Amino acid sequence: MESQTTTESPPDAWRVEVHRRPERDEPEGKGALEVLRELGIESVGEVRAGRGYLLPSTLAAGTVESIAAELLADPVVDEARIAEPLAALPRGERRRIVVLPRPGVMDPVAHTVERLLARTGRPLDPEGPGVASYRVYELAGSPTEEELHTAATRVFANETVEVVRVDRDDLPYGTGLGESPRGRVEIQLLDAGDARLEEISRDGVLSLSLEEMRAIRSHFKELGREPSACELETLAQTWSEHCKHKTLTGIVDYREGDKPVERIDNLLKETIARATRELDRPWCVSVFEDNAGIVAFDKGWDVCIKVETHNHPSAIDPYGGAGTGIGGVIRDVLGAGLGAKPIANTDCFFVGPLDLPRDAVPKGTLHPRRILRGVVAGVRDYGNRMGIPTVNGGVWFDESYVGNPLVYAGTVGLLPHTSAHKEVRPGDAIVAVGGRTGRDGIHGATFSSAELHEESEDVSGSAVQIGDPITEKRVLDCLLQARDRGLYRGITDCGAGGFSSAVGEMGEKCGAEVDVDKVPLKYHGLASHEIWISEAQERMVLAVPPEHVDECLAVFAAEDVEATVIGSFTDTRRLVVKDGGEVIGELSMEFLHDGLPRVARQAVWEAPELPDPGCPAADDVGAIVSSLLAMPNVQSKEWIVRQYDHEVQGRSVAKPFVGVRADGPGDAAVLKPLADSMRGLAISCGTNPAYGLLDPYAMAAAAIDEALRNAVAVGADPGSAAILDNFSWGNCEKPDRLGALVRAAKACFDAAVAYGTPFVSGKDSLNNEYRVGDRTIAVAPTLLITCMSQVPRVDRVVTMDAKRAGNRLFLVGATRPELGGSHYLQHLGLAGGRVPTPDLQQAPSILRALHSEIAAGRVASCHDLSEGGLAVAAAEMAFAGDLGVALDLGAVRCEEPESGYDADATRIFSESCTRFLVEVAPEHAEAFAHGFGDLPCTAVGTVLDEPFLRVRGTGGATLCTVPLEELRLAFTGGFHG
Amino acid sequence: MSDVRALCLRTAGINCDEETVRAFELAGARTDLLHLNVLVDAPQRLGDYRVLVVPGGFSYGDDVAAGRVFGVELREHLAAEIRAFVESGGFVLGICNGFQVVLELGLFEPDAPARERSIALAANASNRFEARWVTLRAEDSACPWLTAGELLPCPVAHAEGRLVVRDDAALQRLIDRRQIVLRYAGAAPDRPAGYPANPNGSAADVAGLCDPSGRVVGLMPHPERNLTPWNHPLWTRLPSREVGEGVGFFRRIVDAAAGRLDALSSTSNT
Repeated sequence: MESQTTTESPPDAWRVEVHRRPERDEPEGKGALEVLRELGIESVGEVRAGRGYLLPSTLAAGTVESIAAELLADPVVDEARIAEPLAALPRGERRRIVVLPRPGVMDPVAHTVERLLARTGRPLDPEGPGVASYRVYELAGSPTEEELHTAATRVFANETVEVVRVDRDDLPYGTGLGESPRGRVEIQLLDAGDARLEEISRDGVLSLSLEEMRAIRSHFKELGREPSACELETLAQTWSEHCKHKTLTGIVDYREGDKPVERIDNLLKETIARATRELDRPWCVSVFEDNAGIVAFDKGWDVCIKVETHNHPSAIDPYGGAGTGIGGVIRDVLGAGLGAKPIANTDCFFVGPLDLPRDAVPKGTLHPRRILRGVVAGVRDYGNRMGIPTVNGGVWFDESYVGNPLVYAGTVGLLPHTSAHKEVRPGDAIVAVGGRTGRDGIHGATFSSAELHEESEDVSGSAVQIGDPITEKRVLDCLLQARDRGLYRGITDCGAGGFSSAVGEMGEKCGAEVDVDKVPLKYHGLASHEIWISEAQERMVLAVPPEHVDECLAVFAAEDVEATVIGSFTDTRRLVVKDGGEVIGELSMEFLHDGLPRVARQAVWEAPELPDPGCPAADDVGAIVSSLLAMPNVQSKEWIVRQYDHEVQGRSVAKPFVGVRADGPGDAAVLKPLADSMRGLAISCGTNPAYGLLDPYAMAAAAIDEALRNAVAVGADPGSAAILDNFSWGNCEKPDRLGALVRAAKACFDAAVAYGTPFVSGKDSLNNEYRVGDRTIAVAPTLLITCMSQVPRVDRVVTMDAKRAGNRLFLVGATRPELGGSHYLQHLGLAGGRVPTPDLQQAPSILRALHSEIAAGRVASCHDLSEGGLAVAAAEMAFAGDLGVALDLGAVRCEEPESGYDADATRIFSESCTRFLVEVAPEHAEAFAHGFGDLPCTAVGTVLDEPFLRVRGTGGATLCTVPLEELRLAFTGGFHG
Repeated sequence: MSDVRALCLRTAGINCDEETVRAFELAGARTDLLHLNVLVDAPQRLGDYRVLVVPGGFSYGDDVAAGRVFGVELREHLAAEIRAFVESGGFVLGICNGFQVVLELGLFEPDAPARERSIALAANASNRFEARWVTLRAEDSACPWLTAGELLPCPVAHAEGRLVVRDDAALQRLIDRRQIVLRYAGAAPDRPAGYPANPNGSAADVAGLCDPSGRVVGLMPHPERNLTPWNHPLWTRLPSREVGEGVGFFRRIVDAAAGRLDALSSTSNT
């Protein structure tokens, strides 16, 4: 926060502030007040939020008055306050906190107001300063200066992207961003020694290793010239871990315990991609080659899916980071094949404990509550505005995410099968569509490839951006029209690396020439190479045949979307970048894409040496079940889900929350993508970082099992399932981190092949460590498996809420004494133990058998057993259905526990994989049980018409009788944002 | 398919257009989807239609206020044409963002200049975007195509849907002119619905309004998201149905626009 000065001069702009009339309720301020209270600020009595607008001083007073009264303020609920240029606003008794976007940061509201003025006959001078918008908070009471500072920086503003002013009128307006010279800039590399090479990489945030810098130096030595800034930046973007996955595709020497060292040449190819290759499913239309994995659906349509992480930007600016994360993955789907219509989003977050004491928050990081609120708001505002239902997701909590939260965003798209493939031909125009290019998002790709540290929020602020979803929605609207009219034949999104990566990838096989002078800019002052690598959001690049250029541009122009020819694809196999007449960069595609030296790394896996704590007996089973339901990983995330529009597009069949009071956590979302087809699409996920700390192999296999069993539980055919792997790991230059990754990747191969489930896409984020001083904290090994599967008929979809008293409950799947990483042991504060691992021989048969029963219509409700085990699943089914449940542990078959395992507690709290609690009407019970043959399937309980969860122990005694309301309250209590 | 033609109007940020077109097509109207720019360039095209629908979404990001910019654009460029359309017997439906747009356009208070508008849709009392299913109850109103007392389940999904009135007189005027067409229904019909049955804190539990003629209707909830038998949140607990409850809603307005209202009201009472 800028310190108080006496020389404050108000902006040379009209100021219009819109406030709720004093007698009107103002909900935003009320919400903010609650957050202040949470921070221990009691001295503020009321907060009222308002909106401010800065308008050019050249406007006449009457015009400003009419703009305020007719356009900006609502005549019923608002009042407008107007200040003349250079005049201060009259100050009342309240303290004022004003928050503006930093110069250069996206201000979509200002753009909308400019458009509004133009469309109402009040166009602004295009050369003059335009509109700026700000937020204002007025605080009643007597906060101290320190409290105001805390409020300003921790609640109202994020200084990485925003400027904040307390009781001051000197708002920046029309501030230039500084001029960088255009043209070719030479970098002295040929004579640079190793130290200088490292310095160039570090100072330029290039994230290139010494070896890579040397490879670049020798390449240019051969050419006999120095590289330009444009060339060096292009290489840094294209060679970044973010873009090239150097670790996963490199050479790894892997050592596990005393076993001989195993050399793995390209881990990705040898595990994940190999599973897909060996399975060779005919319905895999396009996998691991496009922006998203594409599989066949029905009636001539395909579906595609992509999941990305946006961890580092979200750590620094949760709102902007998560918003642009979802914006980016949506563009991946827009750029899949010839473009798909996004029909669903899925979002998973991993953050620190919400009750983390404030003094335990490391310097330079935000409190987990603020991070979670911010990422939820970011996803909400982007996804909802795009009109894409957010149907699936989850939140997991662990200390290791405090400095480095994980934000996964995924999008599912629908596209005609005939649009599943793309091409680029020499002579095609390179057309940029969508948002303008600015200095935002410089070095996102290289920044995300480095570890975070205390100063990250200062030095990397330019890597963080605010999204503009409506611009992306406009692009979507026009793009699908242009696709269906066949006006382009190649497309990709402008993501990490901006044009340099997009054009470099599209033109890899032929060549490309771009003139950055043709690129529409948000403002003056960008250096040539900044235009080339800017990651400004909401842009796509098309390859347009010359004969369609005019028509294609017209499709976009008709809906006020900018589309510009910025160059053409060539047959030179060279990437040529010009600025006007001057060549600022020229690289051979061969060196750009294949000149990267391969990485060779050491990997070691050693199992943690922890004694097996067994499974202690529970004194009060009922109290523990309630406690487990109230654990943050298990507890209801309804406060998040209700903020996401999960119904838009009208395709929703199974919702995130189901049951009589819509409070039961569904296992997977189901959509009905096509009006003329009964086929459903299920989206589910699986992850368990607590297992990862003990055994990454078990964790990965269990995550795949969980994603699949969630899908099967709602009625999906496991034979149709396609999965995605998203790894978020610590620094894999460290052998133990990489060893854990190798072990997880091996499990991915084994499990995918066993289940017959191909990977269709994936992504890794390998530098999730937070450095404080000389200490680094790595995130728990976190593999998120996302599953997209198909339900043969949506009318056979099953939800998890218990349906009718008198129905039988079957436990499907084998219970074993597997409690390592379980929520029961976490609750008891015990580490170690046997990590749940699916039986890869038996599990696929269990999934198939259960699917047959659901498809035959014999299942009334079904819930998978996961965090917390049997009793938690039973409790959720019970309160969701407003019906009681009786369980008899004596009927639960379990491998005879070793000593130290209590028979009852093991049966109730084991988290063994591939298990379901299935409700079956008495008339179907026999056929249902018969359907499982020799597979484990046992009647263990019944649905009751009394409102209790009743558990009888193996000894025959009743262990607990818990009222449904108690269970429901445990589940729905806790943090609500 | 009937002879009724419906125009679904979209612009930047409108995002419920596809399912809204589907709803009108299912209800028997030939439905065209047009971008605002097209209609502004050729306003006479409005005359080709009997129903104008403004669907949900986030027009222009809901920047400044939800529906404000789209509403102002219509007021600025098409006010006379839309007024003439309504006066000549045309039907207008605004859903969610479309409701906010039509309210901004001024159709619910045709006599009041924009600055004197007395009703508004403001931020939800919860200060949250709320996506959840609610039950609507049709009121006895000037709207000829809704049957009083009927219940309609459908989802809401909005952040600014709280009906606010300038004063008690403004609310009384809505009642007197029989402009309240839909209310959020709670557990008991004679008591306020309460949160979350009334998801936004709307005055008098109002979910939808009509203009004094009854032919312009706006509502915050989304009946177009309940067209199939599998959209309802409790469908796995319900007996099987042929269509979602939302289809009837659209059939009524299309039938009304086709002049088949009498036949309709006699069947709907059975």
